[in-house]
Amino acid sequence: MHEVGLMTSAIDAVLDQARIHGAKRVHRIVLRIGALAGVEPESLRFAFEVVTRDTLAADAELQVDGVPARAYCAACAEEFGVDGGAIMACPRCGQFSGDLRQGRELELFRIEMS
Amino acid sequence: MCVECGCNAPVPFGLKVIRAFAPGLLRAAPVATDAPPALAPAAATSATPRVVDVRLPLLAKNDRLAERNRGFFRSRGLLALNLVSSPGAGKTTLLGRTLDEFGREVRCAVVVGDLETDNDARRLARPHVPVAQITTGTACHLDAEMVAKGVDALDLAGVRVLFIENVGNLVCPAEFDLGEALRVVLLSTTEGEDKPLKYPPIFKSAQVVLLTKTDVAEVLGFNRAAAIENIRRVAPQAQLIEVSARSGEGLAEWYALLRGRLAKP
Repeated sequence: MHEVGLMTSAIDAVLDQARIHGAKRVHRIVLRIGALAGVEPESLRFAFEVVTRDTLAADAELQVDGVPARAYCAACAEEFGVDGGAIMACPRCGQFSGDLRQGRELELFRIEMS
Repeated sequence: MCVECGCNAPVPFGLKVIRAFAPGLLRAAPVATDAPPALAPAAATSATPRVVDVRLPLLAKNDRLAERNRGFFRSRGLLALNLVSSPGAGKTTLLGRTLDEFGREVRCAVVVGDLETDNDARRLARPHVPVAQITTGTACHLDAEMVAKGVDALDLAGVRVLFIENVGNLVCPAEFDLGEALRVVLLSTTEGEDKPLKYPPIFKSAQVVLLTKTDVAEVLGFNRAAAIENIRRVAPQAQLIEVSARSGEGLAEWYALLRGRLAKP
């Protein structure tokens, strides 16, 4: 989808942090990506290689942690795990839910640098 | 900014305000997007590896600007709608008729985005409606910054409804909050019943789904029940209205929805 743009803003933030901390090398970058965030980890990896070229993060390792999707059922007043992708049906009562509580994360979680 | 759809970052977008019957057209200077922060030379080196938990949302900049837009719209009592669909689902046609009918009763303004041309702004230009065209060049969606600049160029005196017609695309606009109060996703009967299943994120993010071109549904053998069931399964949160900008079917309900969401003057 827009993985290059996302990765560009992630690496911009990483390089800002590296500068703030006086680091000269970034070793590892950890992203948290929700299952329904609409982002392909493979495309992210591809973008990562392109975007980090000739930067302090050129040799960094990219770690992508997936965040499972969870939705809320108003009728049951309980959360449930979403595994079927787009259609979120409550496993207890079968009602469809549009209330996604977790799974759309697009987050730069952690940077390891020296 | 997408891999699949071939648009690049950063994006130099253009802006043009269209006035109906204006003899000369005003062209605003292209607005430069922020340059990425310069790479500073490595400062004092440190031998200790450091772990920094930043927990920074990746769309942070757009989300911040979108919140600014939202605050601006709210403070002006503007109802902002983000109209999204695939190309050709009928956004401009529906909007044109809405401006002719609803727009006579409530003052409206339009920001419209396309990759190239100001054709849509010309189509939508009415003496009583200020319209700004944003040309995104290669970007496949509007972002909050483009909308802020577009809105800035408009005379908003007395305007109570701002329609933002997004770039025709069912994928990328889902991720870009523009600061709108309502996201309206259009699905036309010519597109087939399973679009919501194929492009769920955009439907999931909708407050309103408009099923458009209902006047040709029969000719197309469109399975209305299946389409509605698919929308209901993917986007149970959305209000669904079936409309035809040609026959006028459902438009009263659409206008009633707009009226119901107007800020108190």
